[in-house]
Amino acid sequence: MAEPELLVAPNVIEYPFSRTTGPMIGAFMTALREGFIVGCTAADGRVIVPPVEYDPDTAEALTEVVEVGDAGVVASWSWVREPLDGHPLDRPFAFALITLDGADVPMLHAVDTGGDVAAMATGMRVRARWADEREGSILDIACFEPEGAR
Amino acid sequence: MSDIVLPDRLRDVAEPVRRIRTPARLDYVFMAGKATSRFLNAVAEKRLVGQRCPVCRKVYVPPRGVCPTDGVPTEEEIELPHVGTVTSFCVVNVQFYGQVMELPYVSALILLDGTDIPLMHLIQEVPADQVHMGMRVEAVWVPDEELGPTLESIKYFRPNGEPDADYETYKDNV
Repeated sequence: MAEPELLVAPNVIEYPFSRTTGPMIGAFMTALREGFIVGCTAADGRVIVPPVEYDPDTAEALTEVVEVGDAGVVASWSWVREPLDGHPLDRPFAFALITLDGADVPMLHAVDTGGDVAAMATGMRVRARWADEREGSILDIACFEPEGAR
Repeated sequence: MSDIVLPDRLRDVAEPVRRIRTPARLDYVFMAGKATSRFLNAVAEKRLVGQRCPVCRKVYVPPRGVCPTDGVPTEEEIELPHVGTVTSFCVVNVQFYGQVMELPYVSALILLDGTDIPLMHLIQEVPADQVHMGMRVEAVWVPDEELGPTLESIKYFRPNGEPDADYETYKDNV
């Protein structure tokens, strides 16, 4: 058989999922929309951010939502040299585990150092940069940035 | 939910968030490969071609270039008729995102004569509740100037008036 002309076509598959949040993530998202961050108190007294409905150790229902700070300490991080579509920043940044002030468990978010990997360090302090328009989404925090950057 | 204790700043918030959007998107390039390219280029010429396995003699359409059972290339090309038998179908009554068809419509598996695997396409020109297994159907093509390398070159299949096919003729494809 003769070689055919190979066909190539762009393809996009998109699923417009939405989901209910439950009371804890609902409180977390509501707080983000209002411009602050909440966690919950676990059975052993630790503060977990984002808040969870059930205790990770005892599985008992958790009910106490508490406010934490919007700044904290980088516990661990990973540099993203080439951001992809859907990443929170369009220049090199770090995904970081950040232990917010008043929390005992770190939360994942992005840290913007202006593209400078040398400015990233475990133990550094970072503060949330809030999005101008907030709708109740994790991206209501545009990213974190080194404390005192602005 | 009522036993959740909220901090003061969250107690009086109007319309707390109860639902979030979590869309998923895959944006990629589809390479048809040699066999399917041959098939689609033939479709653009208003022809349907399958490929026959040299071992089990089954005819696959659209061809993928290899027999999934025997693992050998399917190099013999078969020109196919534009008529077949409905082996299975689904009446779609539910609205969904990205939908282009008017409700209700029927999506069916159609076993083209001389083939051994059914093709999925639409059934039209018949009320949805009259579509049935064994129904004989024919392809309705778009106008020649709109033909292209896509199965959308077939607008749909419609009943061709022949009596229903004997179940034995399609029992391996239901």
